Amino acid sequence: MFFYEELEIGQRREVGSYTFTAEAIKKFAAKYDPQRFHLDEEEGRKSLFGGLAASGWHVGSVCMKMMVADGQRLIREAIARGEKVAVWGPSPGFRDLRWIRPVLAGDTITFSTGVESKRLSDSRPGWGILQSRSIGVNQRGEEVYSFRGSAFVPLRDPPA
Amino acid sequence: MTTLTFEDFKPGRFGTFGPRRVTREEILEFAGEFDPQPMHLDEAAAKRSMLKGLSGSGWHLCSVMMRLLFDGFIGRTASLGSPGVSEVRWMAPLRPDDELTLDVDVVEARVSKSRPGTGIVTFKSTARNAAGVALCEMTSPIIVRRAGVAAER
Repeated sequence: MFFYEELEIGQRREVGSYTFTAEAIKKFAAKYDPQRFHLDEEEGRKSLFGGLAASGWHVGSVCMKMMVADGQRLIREAIARGEKVAVWGPSPGFRDLRWIRPVLAGDTITFSTGVESKRLSDSRPGWGILQSRSIGVNQRGEEVYSFRGSAFVPLRDPPA
Repeated sequence: MTTLTFEDFKPGRFGTFGPRRVTREEILEFAGEFDPQPMHLDEAAAKRSMLKGLSGSGWHLCSVMMRLLFDGFIGRTASLGSPGVSEVRWMAPLRPDDELTLDVDVVEARVSKSRPGTGIVTFKSTARNAAGVALCEMTSPIIVRRAGVAAER
């Protein structure tokens, strides 16, 4: 994971790909979003989505999964090089989350995240706040998902 | 049960839904699959984190809010889905065994220009724990069929 000082505006990083199976779509939907078009192929075909569609919250959660896995890879690499490790803090929230196109059973979504802006935290010395824009693109190159997130990122050299 | 259509949503308080308890087991299961950061999985690491104790993933909290919306009214609404979420604010951590309720307000209801048979209803939903502390605010539009319009779905 990057320290605050290393975040560059415009920097963009692919974090991983995930294939949404019908089974995973239905399992998530049964727990958290049991609307008919997320549970049944035929209902999905009859809906605006045109097929069994993943819950938008499933798509968002998988994007988080990919971002966390990427961060943990970076942490392992930093440890292997004997470097100091940046452990990020929580996120205060997000804006402008868009489910642009349906994510249907069998679709593979590739997620990436970019740095939009950063600033030092007023309330928490030693921390900065990152504003990011993350997107998901399907196997046809169509953007299906995006949001603007924020997160607390530690400074490599916090003020004494 | 009658199906709710666009006309049933007027600006103002729509209702309060829940409660729903979120167990430690559920927090660990969701975090293990989607958000395996130490602050959501490991008690000792969570104590050292900014949130000072084990907390559920924010995406888990949003997903539970979706379920409260579904059980509250979306399950019996002529909903066609949602284009996105304008804003989510994670204000306080979700803790194991929190009992959540959801206050739902209609912020705006307007007929869709591109699909006149539907309307766009924007909701503001606030998840609170048993002490009434707001954990998360979500502002999100949902597309709802208008009454008397043939079911295009």
